[in-house]
Amino acid sequence: MGKPSDLVQGTLDLLILKTLLLEPLHGWAIAKRIQQLSREVLQVQQGSLYPALHRLEHQGWIKARWAESETGRQAKFYALTTAGRSQLEKETANWNRLSTAINLVVGEA
Amino acid sequence: MRLVARTRMAFLSLFRRGSASMHLDDELQYHLERQIDENISAGMSAEHARQAALRQFGNPALLRDEALSTWTGVWLDSLFRDIRHVTRALVHAPGFTSIAVFIIALGIGANVALFTLVHRVLLNPLPYPEPDKLVSIYEHEPAQSSEHGYMPIDAGSFYEWQRASQGVADMALVSPFQGYSVSAEGGKLPEKIEAGMCSWNFFSVLGVNPALGRTFGPSDDSPSSEATVILSNAFWQRRYAGEPSVLGRRIWLDAKPYTVIGIMPESFVYSGAFGGNTVQVWTPIAHEFPPALMTTFEDHEAIGIARLRPGITLQALVSRLQAVQKEIKTGHPGPAVHTSVIGRSMLDDAVQDYKTPLYALLAATGCVLLIASMNVASLLVARIASRRKELAIRVALGGGWLRIMRERILESLLLSVAGGAFGLLLAGAAIQWLVKTRHDMNRIEAIHIGAVEIGFVVLAVLATALFAGLISAFSSKIKDVLDGLQDSSRTLASSRARAGLRRTLLVLEVSLTVVLLVGSGLLLKSYQRLRSTDVGVPIDNVLTLHFGLPEARYKTPVQRIAFFESVLSQVRAMPGVQSAGLVSAAPGQGYGGDDLVTVVEHPTLPKGTGLDLQIRGADPGYFSAIHLPIIRGRVFTSDERLDRANVVIISQKAAEMCFPGEDPIGRHIKITVDGRVGEVIGIVGDTRWNITQPIMGQMYWPILGNDWVNVALIVRSSSNVSAFAMPIQKVIGSLDPDLPVSGVGTIRESIAKATIDSQFDSLLILAFAVIALVLAAAGLYGVLTYLVTQRTSEIGIRIALGARREQLLGTVLFDGLRPALIGLLLGLGASALAVRLIRSMLYQTEPFDPVVFASVAALLLLVATLACMIPAWRASHLDPIRALRTE
Repeated sequence: MGKPSDLVQGTLDLLILKTLLLEPLHGWAIAKRIQQLSREVLQVQQGSLYPALHRLEHQGWIKARWAESETGRQAKFYALTTAGRSQLEKETANWNRLSTAINLVVGEA
Repeated sequence: MRLVARTRMAFLSLFRRGSASMHLDDELQYHLERQIDENISAGMSAEHARQAALRQFGNPALLRDEALSTWTGVWLDSLFRDIRHVTRALVHAPGFTSIAVFIIALGIGANVALFTLVHRVLLNPLPYPEPDKLVSIYEHEPAQSSEHGYMPIDAGSFYEWQRASQGVADMALVSPFQGYSVSAEGGKLPEKIEAGMCSWNFFSVLGVNPALGRTFGPSDDSPSSEATVILSNAFWQRRYAGEPSVLGRRIWLDAKPYTVIGIMPESFVYSGAFGGNTVQVWTPIAHEFPPALMTTFEDHEAIGIARLRPGITLQALVSRLQAVQKEIKTGHPGPAVHTSVIGRSMLDDAVQDYKTPLYALLAATGCVLLIASMNVASLLVARIASRRKELAIRVALGGGWLRIMRERILESLLLSVAGGAFGLLLAGAAIQWLVKTRHDMNRIEAIHIGAVEIGFVVLAVLATALFAGLISAFSSKIKDVLDGLQDSSRTLASSRARAGLRRTLLVLEVSLTVVLLVGSGLLLKSYQRLRSTDVGVPIDNVLTLHFGLPEARYKTPVQRIAFFESVLSQVRAMPGVQSAGLVSAAPGQGYGGDDLVTVVEHPTLPKGTGLDLQIRGADPGYFSAIHLPIIRGRVFTSDERLDRANVVIISQKAAEMCFPGEDPIGRHIKITVDGRVGEVIGIVGDTRWNITQPIMGQMYWPILGNDWVNVALIVRSSSNVSAFAMPIQKVIGSLDPDLPVSGVGTIRESIAKATIDSQFDSLLILAFAVIALVLAAAGLYGVLTYLVTQRTSEIGIRIALGARREQLLGTVLFDGLRPALIGLLLGLGASALAVRLIRSMLYQTEPFDPVVFASVAALLLLVATLACMIPAWRASHLDPIRALRTE
């Protein structure tokens, strides 16, 4: 496990929303899922994960429900709301625009 | 949906804090456990796994705080905490809090009351559709620069104008200063009412519809049509109890039958410079005016109103009418035919007389509010100063500076809100009082506190809070506060700087106070002048009662004279009545009409000129009854009546005007309009028709003749003359039960009424000035007391080292008086500029009255010295031992 890469500022929200698009997950699973999908490149720290989750919940993009987890313990599961879905689309489009632009610049050099 | 979710979250985080935090802990705990599990499955021992997980997790408390801080509504929460904190602090200082709230309430209350007045009376549009298109049209005589130049118009010119303005404006004619006697009917008393006579299109030009029935049509507005009348809502409610069946019924006005065809809505009111807001009934003008009056160019009995067509300006209309009037004057060069036309918006017409006084009062209350917020700012600064150590410790422990600033502003906001609430109550009471005392004022009926006024209160509260709060917040910069920790009580630099800020505020307060004092001084002096003006006769114990004989019932002069004489003889016979007389208009009770005259013996005056005299009718006993001095000649004899009523008595001023340097007795005066000639038989003293107006020349004709129908009965007794009002009304009632008596009151009361404007303005501004003076004195006292407390040990040392007490007293006193002196000078300078604006409100008083300026300066210095004396005396009598021990 190498040194965890810093997440590009502001992309954590996008990653969380994207991860929740398939199914509701709890915080631990969200962190793990992001780690797996990025092939261990992106390590989400608890210190940023939970504030982000709570912020998204207060914004109304995601909603939370307590349910039994795979270990049999009660865990807080987060799910995407309708508003969150359209927010995800918006942020994805934004990200695509931004990464294309950056690629253009970097590829040019 | 999202809004609902967000609100729910905010609600949960605000009010279900406990369970929400518990859930957060659970959530984090779960994460930790999963990490431990993972570490164990990676092959660590249980203890190791736990430590590694905790290490990776970081500080759980910090994480928890960070998650918490993302919750919405958290800022609200800290705001609530601050409010609680500030409220507690304010409650613990009840003296400070109540004084501050009281000061703000006074300032805001006075402002809201005056703002309501200005807004409703001066700025609110008139209650008609498209009111900005409505204008009032008057005539104007450039050579004869009377009061304001807006003179009533003649019907002859009006109809010429109406023709000329077709397609440009719709014009209507109104004479709002007429009156009728309503006959007794169905058990109701007879009464005299104010009436407006108007052209049939008056209501449609204004754009108002009747509440019931219809308004006049062209067929109602001619001498031959049937008599019709429209009732005002107030008159309908009062006399007919709002009974709809009165519509179509006949009522008797001046003993003639009129059919009620309409009733106006409650909202309808017409206010012009010549009255109208107290009109009770409306009648068509062409039916009511004698035909001659409808075509003359020489008798000015009405006012024109016009609704401008789109795209037409008042200026365009006036210049068009001006051309017409010029032709009229060329064709009729008579002296009473006016040469020009003048107009103004109908709103200006209604409120012109109140503009300057109301704006002056508003400016005065503005000063009071400014002084009030400065005082509160000064109190807040003092409060901060006494809490410096506390603040310093909080800042040192990491209390955010913005947070402390926010607290300062919150503190002054809370005080201002409380003050504003009380101020609103005060304003409500003040407005009620005002509507009661000033029902003579145009548009007073429109006054109430509405949404705009509430908005004004909110603005005033915010402005006060920001002003006071920011001054107090910036008075202690962060560096100074931290210095507080290093301060020993002997270092005075920073506390002196703070007192410097308060001193600057004081200078401003004092100068505003001086402006208010000078203004109120001038107005008071002007009011005194007005009150002491001699109306021309002794005014004590003179009662007047008015009645008018309806010509429909008293058809011949003989009948009228018989009635006059029987009233006089019965009243004179009443025990306690010293004397009684009849006059057409008593001194101080109104204009009473004027006429142009020429002297028969003098060469004919050039056409277009004449001598303007007020005309009066009087009975032979009037002059002795009213105690009017007879300067030369004699008064009427009782047989100078009817056909022999061709004698005239002139006032001293009239004698100077008509007969300069010669003896008027035996000469003859001719009234231009009707050609009546009278022989001058006597000269009497001058009387004023209105205490605020210059004396006019007057002539008296015998009232027992000359077709007088509206008269004032004047009664003099040795004491308590008002007690005769009822018995005399009974006497008149027994002679004619259908005849209403009106205007019952003493001459002293009429004069008081004429001076009410001046009294009102001067007393209100005086009240504001006194408030300002008290606030400024309190400010001086506060600052100096504070300074002395700060310098206790220094003063103690000085005394111990042998400083003389008088010297100390002088030093401290001068320290306190310096801002007062600077403020006084600034204030006198500002007053010199401000008094120009109230020049029109002054009566026989110069704006730069040296006595007023000097007494204001003296008064201010006296009050300032008194306010500074107490702390100064206290400082000079400190016990040095105790002073040094206070450290």
